[in-house]
Amino acid sequence: MKKYTYTEKKDTRSGFGAGLLEAGQKNPEVVALCADLVGSLKMDAFIKEFPERFFQIGIAEANMIGIAAGLTIGGKIPFTGTFANFSTGRVYDQIRQSVAYSDKNVKICASHAGLTLGEDGATHQILEDIGLMKMLPGMTVINTCDYNQTKAATIAIAEHHGPVYLRFGRPVIPVFTDPDQKFEIGKAWMVNEGTDVTIIATGHMVWKAIEAGEKLAELGIDAEIINIHTIKPLDEEAILKSVKKTGCVVTCEEHNKYGGLGESVARLLSTELPAPQEFVAVNDSFGESGTPDQLMTKYGLDSVNIVEAAQKVIKRAKK
Amino acid sequence: MKHTINELEDIAAQVRRDIVRMVHACQSGHPGGSLGCADFFTALYFEVMNHNTDFKMDGKGEDLFFLSNGHISPVFYSVLARSGYFDVSELATFRKLNSRLQGHPTTHEGLPGIRIASGSLGQGMSVAIGAAQAKKLNNDHSIVYSLHGDGELQEGQNWEAIMYAPFNKVDNLISTVDYNGQQIDGPTEKVLSLENLQAKFEAFGWQVINSDGNDMDSTVKALHYAKSLTGKGKPILNLMSTQMGYGVDFMMGSHKWHGVAPNNEQLATALAQLTSTHKDY
Repeated sequence: MKKYTYTEKKDTRSGFGAGLLEAGQKNPEVVALCADLVGSLKMDAFIKEFPERFFQIGIAEANMIGIAAGLTIGGKIPFTGTFANFSTGRVYDQIRQSVAYSDKNVKICASHAGLTLGEDGATHQILEDIGLMKMLPGMTVINTCDYNQTKAATIAIAEHHGPVYLRFGRPVIPVFTDPDQKFEIGKAWMVNEGTDVTIIATGHMVWKAIEAGEKLAELGIDAEIINIHTIKPLDEEAILKSVKKTGCVVTCEEHNKYGGLGESVARLLSTELPAPQEFVAVNDSFGESGTPDQLMTKYGLDSVNIVEAAQKVIKRAKK
Repeated sequence: MKHTINELEDIAAQVRRDIVRMVHACQSGHPGGSLGCADFFTALYFEVMNHNTDFKMDGKGEDLFFLSNGHISPVFYSVLARSGYFDVSELATFRKLNSRLQGHPTTHEGLPGIRIASGSLGQGMSVAIGAAQAKKLNNDHSIVYSLHGDGELQEGQNWEAIMYAPFNKVDNLISTVDYNGQQIDGPTEKVLSLENLQAKFEAFGWQVINSDGNDMDSTVKALHYAKSLTGKGKPILNLMSTQMGYGVDFMMGSHKWHGVAPNNEQLATALAQLTSTHKDY
């Protein structure tokens, strides 16, 4: 197992804030919109440097999506910022008609995704957003795993033409990816090469997959770990190549098991390369209040759950 | 004036013929609101707007128009074709398979003149505001126009936009409400009353003007006046009274022709009331 270490912990939303500033410095067409959550989205640095390119919308997410769509017509590259729940479920039809169907170059940037938003509870913890967004034709869906990857992804989506959903979160987590990485949309990252089982993880679950890989190595299991940061378009080639070698797969995501990364992988495998699969995901439920760590444990999203799923799927593959 | 009022009225008559023929040909679509707004669209595209029929999505340096109540697509398509965005013969494909003239307007099929999809109601004002703010950032002094149904104002997103535009001094925006008092289930007064619309917009900080959208002279004058009010710190609302179905007597003033196509006999009756001035497509 390749050794991953970290010297600091940061939140992915701060990676977004840093990436937004750099994207703004690189391209004068980049503009930002926020629905009364500037601090939560870490947009302050962008606003300070480019006050005329920032639009405070107020608590009116539908209007924000529409204004963003309109701004693209004049050549702007708008980044909208609010919580994941208010970025997707609340404004699904606005995104569907004014952004996706109209092919507008809007970057929908969503913080506080999943359970790790914590104490605010289920009203704010969306676990369905990947599904909502990936069903929209033409929508690119990205869920990043640490500060550096989020920053790189934010810069990369500014250079990509088309609607994008960028999902990140609130908790402070290890920073373990390369600070100078080039983020390639739709290109999987090989975290660790192995032969016994393929573990595919996205977002906050990538670090947990690394922890699981270390525990599996101690048990004599050689896990291949792949980070799928881009859920749509899916890097089918990387997944098929790995599962051809290992014969089984565990998917890990901080999302409902319905509609997420796991189902995208299952669709691919069922048509191209049928293989046993286990899902480490939320079991069709809403979240609740608690600390992020407590919630990840209660809802079965810890490294121990990945270890168990890997052992189970390897047994199934051997039958 | 680029055209006399008589010339504009002639164009609008032809547009009305197009509308009833398009809706008849596919036996679906929305003739009522389309007929009611034929004068407005004609005034806008043939007289008031500074626009380029050599279509470019970014519309830099030209006035832009956004249709929020997308179901009145027949009038939009007819006026786009008649003003030169695409050939009028394409109007025959309206709502048919593989057509660029979808039931509701879309950018998806690449039809020149369309900059946003609309149909799901209440979204157009936000989009128009965004386009207007992009113009300001681009130092582009042209104007953004939008049209909204009155019933459509029951959608909450409008009021987010109505609150936002004056606060942010979006004064290069002229929004028009098609104030025909009708919606699918009946008169707006009975379905969900809009009460005093002018007072509501004024309370939100808009500059409100009134016009008669079925009087070409009033329509053109109102739009020119609205233009003169731009750049003064407030968005402008043109509260435009119309009659649904205007120009075809049996369709006028009733919600019943909101989304119903005429049969052969009704088509003949309608066409007899509308002079062909610019040749049917």
